[in-house]
Amino acid sequence: MLGQVILSGVLIGFVYSLVAVGLTLIWGVMDIINFAHGEFLMISMYTAFWMYALLKWDPLFTLPLASLLIFVISFLTYKLIIKKVLDAPGLTALLATFGLSLFIRNLAQFLWTPNYRFITESIVTDKKMAFGTIIIGMPQMVAALGSILMTALIYYFVKKTRMGMAIQATALDRDTAKLMGIDTEKVYAVTFGISGICVGVAGVLLSTFFPVYPEAGALYSLLAFVIVAFGGFGNIQGALLGGIIVGLAESLGGFFLGTQFKYAVVFLLYLLVLQFRPRGLFGW
Amino acid sequence: MKRIRGNILALILLIIFILPFIYPNNNFRHILILFLIFAGLGESWNIITGFAGQTSFGHAAFFGIGAYTSTILFYKFHLSPWIGMIFGAILASIISAVVSYPCFKLKGHYFAIATLAIAEIIKQIFVSWDYVEGATGISIPIVEEGVVNFQFHSSKIPYFLIAYAFFVAVVFAAKFIEKNRMGYYLKAIRDSHEAAEALGINTTLYKLYAMMVSAAFTAILGTLYAQYILYIDPFMVFPLEISMKIVLLTVLGGIGSIYGPIIGAAVLIPLSEYTRILLGGTGKGIDLIIFGALIVIIACYEPNGIIGLIKQRSRKGDTSVEKAEALS
Repeated sequence: MLGQVILSGVLIGFVYSLVAVGLTLIWGVMDIINFAHGEFLMISMYTAFWMYALLKWDPLFTLPLASLLIFVISFLTYKLIIKKVLDAPGLTALLATFGLSLFIRNLAQFLWTPNYRFITESIVTDKKMAFGTIIIGMPQMVAALGSILMTALIYYFVKKTRMGMAIQATALDRDTAKLMGIDTEKVYAVTFGISGICVGVAGVLLSTFFPVYPEAGALYSLLAFVIVAFGGFGNIQGALLGGIIVGLAESLGGFFLGTQFKYAVVFLLYLLVLQFRPRGLFGW
Repeated sequence: MKRIRGNILALILLIIFILPFIYPNNNFRHILILFLIFAGLGESWNIITGFAGQTSFGHAAFFGIGAYTSTILFYKFHLSPWIGMIFGAILASIISAVVSYPCFKLKGHYFAIATLAIAEIIKQIFVSWDYVEGATGISIPIVEEGVVNFQFHSSKIPYFLIAYAFFVAVVFAAKFIEKNRMGYYLKAIRDSHEAAEALGINTTLYKLYAMMVSAAFTAILGTLYAQYILYIDPFMVFPLEISMKIVLLTVLGGIGSIYGPIIGAAVLIPLSEYTRILLGGTGKGIDLIIFGALIVIIACYEPNGIIGLIKQRSRKGDTSVEKAEALS
């Protein structure tokens, strides 16, 4: 039983990691908290749902389309909104992203009602995998594997490609990066777009076993904030490890203390760890 | 110039005071009371975040503690909400000190996320705590109206007067802090933590003072809110939305300024209440769609807050005066 709890915690943790990687990139590069991150995730979930409901597309088949859609939305968000508040003092950028999240969430509620919706047919639905006594649902397994793959791709992109190095340089020192001939404007837009791809992929993967509704994104963005701070801002490895720890803490806390306390355990753990690592696990 | 500024504040306070009497409409008075409560919350939040630079995303915790303490004491022990209010303020102060003391070593966003985590934990405790009726919430028993019972049923004016008194008190407390040694210390901490420490300021102690004062005022307004609505549950007084509303209106008006929360609340509260009254009846959230869009637009086109716009104008005015003087 405990093995089951641990494994399912780790699996959902990988999905949390992917959501958090998207958030930590923006945070690290631009020092902006994107409150609308969860709402982008929610749009991706709805994309999967509507393609399934209207065209009978399998969610996994929708994946590239949804990622592209969220990439475009994120990119436009940067160009139309974030760019204007980038150099504004203090918490103005937060004001803008919070307004955007209110707008998107309530627009979704207006268009699609607050009802829970489920994707009941998919390649992965109702399939299970058994590891000895531990039984894991196929949707969770696929979501975890997809998230690991995507996180690895983002990691490779940021660490090894030219654009990725430009992103890192801009994160370290924007003005110097500019002097070195890096188009920081493009770096910012691309970072936002990549962050969108992260939630685009995560949203579709989640939609195969999680209800789709307008508030669905809010919980994930709250957890993602904690995970990002847990790992250290802008740190991809930190977000990965943070996501797994949070997934574990949530499922173990739920198992031992009751589900109503599972998030309290996550937040408490965050507060405790930060006492010893004030800048997160990987922060400096 | 200084005297003019003082008079502007007095004028604003006077206008707010006479408004419900020249426009005796119940909806309008309701909005005015909410405006006073949220402007007061913004002023309290400003003390720890605007002055001391420690971003709190968790002020709903203190708001809820204030609301719950007075309500529980009244509901279970028939203690006057006024006394409950004082207990609430003390309790919120103590809790804020205990939870934020270990967090003060965290900087910037790490601190902000920690306050958010604390507020969520406290909310979770109240949701599953049977003694305080958990998620069901508490309907405050209706008793005879009067000052002692802190309940008024026939008119909104007494609530307005109490809210006004609390609001004026918190404005002057914030102003007092700002103009005194503590205000300078806090602003020094905000501008450069290291420099403030090098100057010999006990940064942790002053951050702690600021947090405790801020939490106490927030709790007092929480009691007022509970007595005004006469019903509370954890999702109403502890949610992230309350914390964020306080942040939003202060940032919108102008962070770190006495006028900021007043301007921000004057824009946001009527906006959200009137859109809710006009469009909220459809139950589809059109009000919040418009509200969200407007926040984005204001943030994009007035990144310094509305106070920034006003300052810009008056500075332009100043330079033209200087030019005129130079010319003559």
